Amino acid sequence: MNYDIIVVGAGHAGCEAALASAKMGKNTLLVTSNINNVATLPCNPSIGGSAKGIIVREIDALGGTMGRIADKTALQMKMLNSSKGPAVRSLRAQVDKVTYPKEMLKTLKNQENLTLLEGMVEDLIVENNTVLGIILEDNTKITSKKVILTTGTYLKADILVGSERTRSGPSGEKPSMHLSDKLASYGFEILRLKTGTPQRIDKNSIDFSKTQVEPGDKVCYNFNTEEHTEYDTTAQVPCHLIYTTPETHKIILDNLNKSAMYGGRDDITGVGPRYCPSIEDKIVRFKDKERHQLFIEPESIYYDDMYLQGFSTSMPRDVQEKMVHSLPGLENAKINKYAYAIEYDAIYPTQITRSLESKVIKNLYTAGQINGTSGYEEAAGQGIIAGINASLSLENKEPLILKRNEAYIGVLIDDLVTKGTIEPYRMLTSRAEYRLILRHDNADIRLTDYGYKVGLIKEDRYNKFKTKKENIKELLNLLKEIKLTPTISNNELLTKLNSANIKDSISLYDLLKRTEITINTLLENTLLEDSYDDEVYEQAEITIKYAGYINKINKEAEKMLKYEEKQIPQDIDYNKIPNLASEARQKLLKVNPTTIGQALRISGVNPSDISILMIYLRKKYNE
Amino acid sequence: MEDTIAAISTALGVGAISVIRISGDKSLEIINKIFDKDLSNAKSHTIHYGHIIDNSEIIDEVLVSVMLSPKTFTKENIIEINCHGGINTTNKVLELVLSNGARLAEPGEFTKRAFLNGRIDLTQADGIMNLIEAKTDISRKMSINQLNGEASNNIKKIRKKLVDIVSNIEVNIDYPEYEDIEVVTSEKIYPLVLNIKEELEKIIKKSEDGKIINEGIKIGIIGRPNVGKSSLLNTLLEEEKAIVTDIEGTTRDIVEGKIIINGFVCNIIDTAGIRETDNIVEKIGVNKSYDIITSSDLIIMILNNNERITEEELELLSMIKKKNHIIVINKIDLENKLNLYVEDAIKISIKDNTGIEDIKTRISEIFNLDKITTDDMSYLSNARSISLLKQALYKIKESLANIENNTWVDIIELDLKECWNILGEIIGETYTDELIDEIFSRFCLGK
Repeated sequence: MNYDIIVVGAGHAGCEAALASAKMGKNTLLVTSNINNVATLPCNPSIGGSAKGIIVREIDALGGTMGRIADKTALQMKMLNSSKGPAVRSLRAQVDKVTYPKEMLKTLKNQENLTLLEGMVEDLIVENNTVLGIILEDNTKITSKKVILTTGTYLKADILVGSERTRSGPSGEKPSMHLSDKLASYGFEILRLKTGTPQRIDKNSIDFSKTQVEPGDKVCYNFNTEEHTEYDTTAQVPCHLIYTTPETHKIILDNLNKSAMYGGRDDITGVGPRYCPSIEDKIVRFKDKERHQLFIEPESIYYDDMYLQGFSTSMPRDVQEKMVHSLPGLENAKINKYAYAIEYDAIYPTQITRSLESKVIKNLYTAGQINGTSGYEEAAGQGIIAGINASLSLENKEPLILKRNEAYIGVLIDDLVTKGTIEPYRMLTSRAEYRLILRHDNADIRLTDYGYKVGLIKEDRYNKFKTKKENIKELLNLLKEIKLTPTISNNELLTKLNSANIKDSISLYDLLKRTEITINTLLENTLLEDSYDDEVYEQAEITIKYAGYINKINKEAEKMLKYEEKQIPQDIDYNKIPNLASEARQKLLKVNPTTIGQALRISGVNPSDISILMIYLRKKYNE
Repeated sequence: MEDTIAAISTALGVGAISVIRISGDKSLEIINKIFDKDLSNAKSHTIHYGHIIDNSEIIDEVLVSVMLSPKTFTKENIIEINCHGGINTTNKVLELVLSNGARLAEPGEFTKRAFLNGRIDLTQADGIMNLIEAKTDISRKMSINQLNGEASNNIKKIRKKLVDIVSNIEVNIDYPEYEDIEVVTSEKIYPLVLNIKEELEKIIKKSEDGKIINEGIKIGIIGRPNVGKSSLLNTLLEEEKAIVTDIEGTTRDIVEGKIIINGFVCNIIDTAGIRETDNIVEKIGVNKSYDIITSSDLIIMILNNNERITEEELELLSMIKKKNHIIVINKIDLENKLNLYVEDAIKISIKDNTGIEDIKTRISEIFNLDKITTDDMSYLSNARSISLLKQALYKIKESLANIENNTWVDIIELDLKECWNILGEIIGETYTDELIDEIFSRFCLGK
């Protein structure tokens, strides 16, 4: 059987990749070690969050699936940073860990052109540095034109609890024993990473009266960028907040030598992410802090596990018992699952290009944790891009490369392949220099066109989108046309709204530039007739209110784009360029950037090296 | 034949030694005029100890390197004078070199010659020129050298304050539910940002003083024809016995000369007059005045006591409002017809030689010349650093305005971050990764 595309691994990256390529008409095979375990959430029970929520919106705008299923299976929705500016608002859903994977499996099974297969991939068929298919554990060979690896944490995975080390994937799943060695033998540089997950506590053993309730939002939000859906906000399941106690800190400090990470063990080589340190790490590094925040989050309405966010640890089980029981409300808590750390292999992401095709083996794409990232959303964002680009390549089309000013996904991939990473990479708003234009609210405006162009978005949805865009334009024009005249009654209204009086006529457009005036004010006071959707009003309002800042960012982005347009031929030999600093030469050789803009972002490559490079290119390729 | 060019090749302001490089055919001829040894027969690539002499007065004790064509950087004869006497002495030696036949080199001109004479290829030349133009290591290092010590430390301190605010805001954004991290609000950061603004203003002030020490004060004289501009210039110059140069190509349009006030060099430039006319030539004169106004540190505008004020003069007055300026009313020996009261105007009569000293005193007051001490070398700085400092200040002012306008804190933060980046550029540190490191090292986050 010869497939167009084989996707290895059915986590969040694999599912998006397989769905994208199948939807693009490619005969796709999705191989997973356990078919009943696709798209699981082995760590936190939520989708989205700061910056990550915007990635989910972007996936949806491109025609992906994660957001739809998160909407469907949400136990609670919360718009983070709603008290801050629109640029940093981000949606998070607490999702049901039982229904989310179920819904995904259903989606996969219903997808045309997509075949699911249970099996453990242990090798690739490689000839002349080109991948021709996969080899399963039982030596079955399956051929394809493209292979996408989304192996998550399964490459040589080790579970660490206290001093115990067990070769195992998450939740006792079987790890892939040989694939990473094979990848190394094909020339990949392998990276060892580590991540951890906290305890799961039996809901019935928690005294919730000692916790602070954290409910969901009272306004409805969706990841779906196509249409807004209302739901019953009162039916949401709450989270709970508690704090560590002095007793907790004492137990941890007394037992520090038993912690896998602090016990002086030298067999742990994996680099853990700084943004999710273990509780012992937090207590050692931030001695002055009297207490640390912990969230108790629901995992599912179908079983009783509660996720203890903030309490990840590599302590042995007996110490974990003591630690958990020192927490308010958890004095008699039953631990259903102990906290553990997991070590796994990944590849240095500078070995892949911005299309996510590897530089080492042709027709091989990688996405998700194998590329050094962390998080469901980061994985899914890469997955859809890998699926799209493998398919586009089969159609002999240019790959879809999202720019840093177009999407968080663009920032994510550019960072990975340009700067590389040595710890699991998590998306943060601080990584996006153009975050002002990479918003939750405009994800569809930014990316729907791409989704349509590659074929993931169908005509009817695209027409709806075009109508929305036209409505925004129409509304903006209307706001410019409607003038408020300086009548006594109008000025009285302005006074009532705490806004300065006017002497000359002013358009509603200019009026909206005032902080105190919103579209809602205009609608409530019948200055504007209500004839558009909320999303249209929202876009118009943000466009007007932030015009100054947005223009500034756009100008900066333009500067960057000029450098992005300057292509570097991929056959360039950096060894032949005289005067390059040797560090720059090494980095350029390693990353082999496709544009001058990308070269500029490589750490260790200085502007002087770029000048030399540009002069070399001009001489060599123009003369 | 090419001019012989000269410039101070080392960073001004620091270090015990400054090197003046002279390149061109006349290099040997010039050094022989001002050095107390005859180097006419000196061998190439030799160093000679001696003194720089001006009319038999010893200016500095120096080492002179002789490098003869063609084995030099520019392939021309090169003389390098290693001065030991600090900034003012070095400046004086350079002036001597210039007054004995060399022309001041333009930025990058030595490199340009090296290229033109085939010493380096275009790649290298271009590379080096780009280095100079772009925000490069070299220019970065230059400014680091120029701005070391206290100034650099102060900038680091300001950056620390900024990163405290910025990383706290970013953590608030990325970890919105961590209540035990202080939530930064506009009200909370207002005094902090205000303090940063004041600190920056202080550094800029001191750096500008440093610029005065380095480069002198550029003073433009403007006013209508026959109001007494040239006379004032000549009077000032005569007293100081400075040299008047007619700049080629602009003959009689602009005349400039140097005087010393309280030990500081003032470059005075006289512009063409402003007259009510449509004549193109005169228009150019107005444009030049405008150029002078924008490029000068101080404007002296002369009005005629014996004439009514004109539209053009009023326009010029409004143009210089925001700059350092002195309004001088000349011809007070004649009848008062000037129908304009200017507070602080200095009344003079060049004819009677009255009031001239007042102008000098005022210049000294405006720049606090008597208070600038040359031993505070830490603030010596180049124009690039000052312009970056001003950009940083601008960002801070923007963020203050945003705070006052109740803008979202995440938008205010963008200007603060930009300010932090610009300051980093001055001291040669700009990595956004640095910020992320800061966030993780300072805050306690995670699952």
